[in-house]
Amino acid sequence: MQEQVAFYVAREQKPALPPPPSEYGLLATVRKNLFATPFDAVLTIALSIFCVWAAWNIIEWALLSGVFVGSDRQACLAGEGGPVGACWAFVSAKLGQFMYGLYPLDERWRVDLALLLLVILGAGLAIPAVPYKRLNAVLLLIVYPFVALVLLTGGRFTISGSWIALLFIVAAFLSIIFASGNPGVSPKLIRVATWLVALAFLLLILANVVTGGRMVLLTFRFSPLALLSFLTALASTGASVLAAVRAGAKQNGVLLRVLLPPFVVAMLIVLLAGDFGLRPVPTNLWGGLMLTLVVALTGIAASLPLGILLALGRRSSMPAVRLFSVVFIEFWRGVPLITVLFMSTFMIPLFLPVGVTFNQLLRALIGVALFSAAYMAEVVRGGLQAVPKGQYEGAMALGLGYWQMMRLVIMPQALKLVIPGIVNTFIGMFKDTSLVYIIGLADLLGTVRRGFSDPNWITPTTAATGLVFAAFIYWLFCFSMSRYSIFMERRLHTGHRR
Amino acid sequence: MKHLIKVLLGSAFVALAAAPSSAATLDDVKSRGVLRCGVNTGLPGFASQNDQGEWQGLDIDYCKAVAAAVFEGDASKVEYSPLSAVQRFPALQNGEVDMLARNTTWTMNRDTALGLNFVGVNYYDGQGFMVRKDLNVTSALQLSGATVCVQAGTTTELNLADYFSANNMDYNPVVIESQADVNAAYEQGRCDALTTDASGLYASRLELANPDEHVILPEIISKEPLGPAVRQGDEQWFDIVKWVHFGLLNAEELGITQDNVDEMLNSDNPDVRRLLGLDGTFGEDIGLTKDWMVHVIKAVGNYGEIFDRNVGPETPLKIQRGMNALWTKGGLHYAPPIR
Repeated sequence: MQEQVAFYVAREQKPALPPPPSEYGLLATVRKNLFATPFDAVLTIALSIFCVWAAWNIIEWALLSGVFVGSDRQACLAGEGGPVGACWAFVSAKLGQFMYGLYPLDERWRVDLALLLLVILGAGLAIPAVPYKRLNAVLLLIVYPFVALVLLTGGRFTISGSWIALLFIVAAFLSIIFASGNPGVSPKLIRVATWLVALAFLLLILANVVTGGRMVLLTFRFSPLALLSFLTALASTGASVLAAVRAGAKQNGVLLRVLLPPFVVAMLIVLLAGDFGLRPVPTNLWGGLMLTLVVALTGIAASLPLGILLALGRRSSMPAVRLFSVVFIEFWRGVPLITVLFMSTFMIPLFLPVGVTFNQLLRALIGVALFSAAYMAEVVRGGLQAVPKGQYEGAMALGLGYWQMMRLVIMPQALKLVIPGIVNTFIGMFKDTSLVYIIGLADLLGTVRRGFSDPNWITPTTAATGLVFAAFIYWLFCFSMSRYSIFMERRLHTGHRR
Repeated sequence: MKHLIKVLLGSAFVALAAAPSSAATLDDVKSRGVLRCGVNTGLPGFASQNDQGEWQGLDIDYCKAVAAAVFEGDASKVEYSPLSAVQRFPALQNGEVDMLARNTTWTMNRDTALGLNFVGVNYYDGQGFMVRKDLNVTSALQLSGATVCVQAGTTTELNLADYFSANNMDYNPVVIESQADVNAAYEQGRCDALTTDASGLYASRLELANPDEHVILPEIISKEPLGPAVRQGDEQWFDIVKWVHFGLLNAEELGITQDNVDEMLNSDNPDVRRLLGLDGTFGEDIGLTKDWMVHVIKAVGNYGEIFDRNVGPETPLKIQRGMNALWTKGGLHYAPPIR
């Protein structure tokens, strides 16, 4: 048998030939994606002509024939050089107002400082690599609002004796909660403390019914009953502290926790009532971007916790809680924000005696916060419904209580699912704040529009320039929020990547 | 939506009209140390903020004048409350502001049912026409056959129809939804004439590419008397604001200005002496000091000076005195004498 001899055996795969030139490279991409059919070709050409034309017009209007320097309208009027484009001189002349409203010039560092603190604390919380998240959150969410309030308004609030008594009653109550149930703490002393708190609360209620003489303690005005209530609350705190001290050295942490609430309350009162030498700046001088941020951030900060509580309430098995949540959500979601703002401006004064006024900004803030909380509640509820039932059952099987289950198992999953919805609500709210213009508050858009009525700046292009500027600032904020939300989504996207 | 707001506001007004108004606004203002003045959120020449954020305008000067009268010359003691059109009456009624100087038209309904008191007219406004200069039109009566741009659904549109039919003239209305679009249509030459309230016409003209190519015709075809207002139920405060207004007009009539007020204190003219508090007890009679008008004139000047500074021919708005001249110069401003 003759052996077959192979003259050529390929020992390895031949290298693949490059695709034909018509299938790769820039030209091919262009041909396949833009000029595949005659119809595509026509569309591509028409659209690119439009894009170039639009880009050219925008550049021409904003930059080439824009006016950048000038001290009044004369600069922005059409001269020999043909029609004038954007009047940026108007924006630069009014930039201070657009940012701070009528906030006094030499006090504006306070706004800057408040913003700087916010950026530092906010960045600390937002950037995952920064340590001390818990401390940071406490500083940002609990300490910062009060510091910012004092910085912006100038502080020196008059706090009535009843409020001080109420705050110390709350502190005493918290101290009891922290002290009780620890080994070595005498239940007898805790019982005394509890009775004293109840007595203090009763006295406070009486103090608001019976009006009578005035006493001054430090700088605070007390009615006799309010003072008595305040002292009883202090006595209750004393009892809790004594109980913690008696428990001995092994319970050091307990003593610290018991002392914390009265300390925080005292600091709060010092901060709000103290004189830090800051000139008072009434809120009717606030305006511009600063006011927009105050309204939007208050709305955002208040709406998330309120929304979570309302969402839980709506899914609760307790009928009263569920009914309250449903009514609250459906009421606030059913009325337009503009009506809420009108109501806060026109209806609230009707219930107050003539001459007593209630800060206009505060009214708007409360309206915006409650309104956005209702929307947030429904977003969060959507997340709760998307968490599989097995997660609830698993958590319960581990022996977790309701709040532990929600905090440790359900909420982290639910909130992660609805990040786009939450950020969507935030962005919507940020832009909705411009509605406060109709109740006479000058937010960013409001100050820009007020600028249009300065006769020294009325020109054919003033309004367009101002609105473009305002739109750009809004876009900047909303776009950053949107990018951050995408970043968080990716970071938290554990487990079910599809 | 709009309907809902109207119903809400309507019920608010009824409730407010029934609420007792606080007496002695003067005492409140003095003890507070600042006059709260309700102004427009922004109307060129009447209330606007300059680059430094200071309020300025004809209505603003009225706030300053009252503050100067009450606080013996300190016109800076004013807290301006910018109010939207729907906010202004409730704000005055519930005491958030002490007076309203917000280019508000004096109508019977507002004067009576809404519980306001108008102290007088500080600007006679009314509907007018703007045309291109090269049409060589000098009177609205020459507009027969013209195309007129007008905003839809306003009293402006109705006044226009009435005026042309009353004068047996034809016209083609170009009815457009928003005022900004009306201005644009006029600029593009879609109509020969543009009509709206005269003070608005002057501001609209500034937004045109070449304001000097357009003129505003002298005819005014509707009545829009704008004036400051106070709450009903406080006669003393009503008198104060009213007589500050009349004082400003009388000062112009007597030739007392911001510059010459000190010289005028040596005048022998009995009218001047009474106005400046040299004779009589007119200031004390309304609860102010003897020299109340001296403070007012030193702070803001007389009515003519206020007009010229804010809206007059030297300002960008270039509004002629016209109806707003004194009665001695063919206008409508006529103040009762101080005696």
